[in-house]
Amino acid sequence: MNKIKNLWATRRDSVIAFGIVIAAYIVVQIMSMTGNISYSLKGMLVPICAYVVMAVSLNLTVGVLGELSLGHAGFMSVGAFTGIVVTTVLTDAVPSDGLRLAIAMVVAAAAAAVVGVIVGVPVLRLSGDYLAIVTLAACEIIKSIVNVLYIGMDSKGLHLSIVKQSFTLEEGGKMIINGPIGVSGINKISTFTAGFVLILITLFVILNLINSRHGRAIMAVRDNKIAADSIGISTTRYKLLAFVISAAFAGMAGTLYAMNYSTVTAAKFDFNLSILVLVFVVLGGLGNIWGSVIAAALLTVLPELLRKLNFNDYRMLIYAILLIALMLFNNSKLKQMLLERRGSKKAAKTEGEVA
Amino acid sequence: MALLEVRDLGISFGGLRAVDEVNMKIEKGALVGLIGPNGAGKTTVFNMLTGVYRPTDGGIRLDGENVVGKKPFEINKMGIARTFQNIRLFGKLSVLDNVKLGFHNDVTYALPESLIHFGSYRKKEKLMTEKAMEILKVFDLDGQWNYKASNLPYGKQRKLEIARALATEPKLLLLDEPAAGMNPNETAELMQTIELVRKQFDVTILLIEHDMKLVSGICEYLYVLNFGRLLAEGTPSAVLSNPEVITAYLGD
Repeated sequence: MNKIKNLWATRRDSVIAFGIVIAAYIVVQIMSMTGNISYSLKGMLVPICAYVVMAVSLNLTVGVLGELSLGHAGFMSVGAFTGIVVTTVLTDAVPSDGLRLAIAMVVAAAAAAVVGVIVGVPVLRLSGDYLAIVTLAACEIIKSIVNVLYIGMDSKGLHLSIVKQSFTLEEGGKMIINGPIGVSGINKISTFTAGFVLILITLFVILNLINSRHGRAIMAVRDNKIAADSIGISTTRYKLLAFVISAAFAGMAGTLYAMNYSTVTAAKFDFNLSILVLVFVVLGGLGNIWGSVIAAALLTVLPELLRKLNFNDYRMLIYAILLIALMLFNNSKLKQMLLERRGSKKAAKTEGEVA
Repeated sequence: MALLEVRDLGISFGGLRAVDEVNMKIEKGALVGLIGPNGAGKTTVFNMLTGVYRPTDGGIRLDGENVVGKKPFEINKMGIARTFQNIRLFGKLSVLDNVKLGFHNDVTYALPESLIHFGSYRKKEKLMTEKAMEILKVFDLDGQWNYKASNLPYGKQRKLEIARALATEPKLLLLDEPAAGMNPNETAELMQTIELVRKQFDVTILLIEHDMKLVSGICEYLYVLNFGRLLAEGTPSAVLSNPEVITAYLGD
């Protein structure tokens, strides 16, 4: 009992926020089962989950580490195609869809993390605008490579070639990734529940990280690199750590996203997607993890809601105006005032709890 | 053996010889001042001692170990901590977190423990918080532990920087103009704090200062730097009555 009380005292905000996410899931699930959700919205549930994970993980790089990355879709792409290959290979070995998806996500996370290291080591020597531009380039390189990647599978195992297909498959073999045509005939095994579980895991891990010595070191690097160095924190190491963890979660989001469509091409994971996710992060508030969740969910649903409300002709216009309004609000004195009022209330409440 | 030994230290930026042939010897437990007019190269010496700049000539030894060529975070692990002339705090983090970061290499747990909060996470975090609060008490900052560091008043920000440096448990503490921008009351208070810190934390201190009162009040030994070279050294009374030093400060 005491333990629960303690948890409540120190983590009240998180507990409430997790509660809201779980409640949202239950409500949507019930509405979906009773047929109260439109067909198009139902199709968006898994992508929304993927976007939420993308936004939360990008927030680790942009908000917590403080480096602008424009290439987050690249890691998603790595995760998506890794996930597709893994699930195809394991189709017979692991009959359970959920387990296969989970294994695919773990492998995808590892693959995206490896690419994260490869991209991160040279890129993180830079900072600011330069880093942003190089991450953008890295994303384009990943897109171009996947675009000319051919992977097939037959009884002899996996075949891989780049630029053009230099292998022929035995009869009964299956082409998994077919260059620019991409992947088709995916067995759609992503479900809203899988996406929801992934969101919970992502939030749990990233919020934990922020409240730990590693997370503090990452934020120290953000706030003042020279000072971080002066107290014995290796800035390179913690920059890379944040970047790689962020890439790994983008990889898992990629698998979730890809396994929701019957066809996927490399072109889907382009600059526009990176920017879309960045918009979620900036609108939700840099470093504000829960803000990212809300922004990603709302801004994905919003165009669809506007369509439903018969704003069809103007819906993208309204969407754009709302984005601008939100940006203005985010930068306004009004928000500052609201935050300060909330902050001082909180400070007054928590005073004396530690001392 | 002296704690810090600096031998023929020099650095050039292009054609500019910023520091030249500086020799220093600081014994363990001493409180030493580094003074000199603006642009004399005092902060440059600090930057070389902490690895921010790599000296072009000469050697630096801490407890007999070579420091030159090491990265700043490695030098901190060896036992040199510093504060900055223009305060460098982790502004968006709380006062408590700033000091807890000082224990980063002292109280450790592994990455998986950070991600899932199991194992020794709770115990180590509690230990870090307790140690940090102890240091904050010394600097009378414990009442403001949950403030954002950037929201502290100026004088307290300076103190917090010293607290954070001390948390790394250094052998040698370098203070770069700790009294800059403080009023006489705050300066007097700071002098007491520095004395207290030296005794309580058993640390050797080298400080850069313009405030002559502060310097002569607490330092046992002074080095005077002018145009990148050592102009004089000795006890405060001897140095401050040295005609060359007076000329350097006030002009002919």
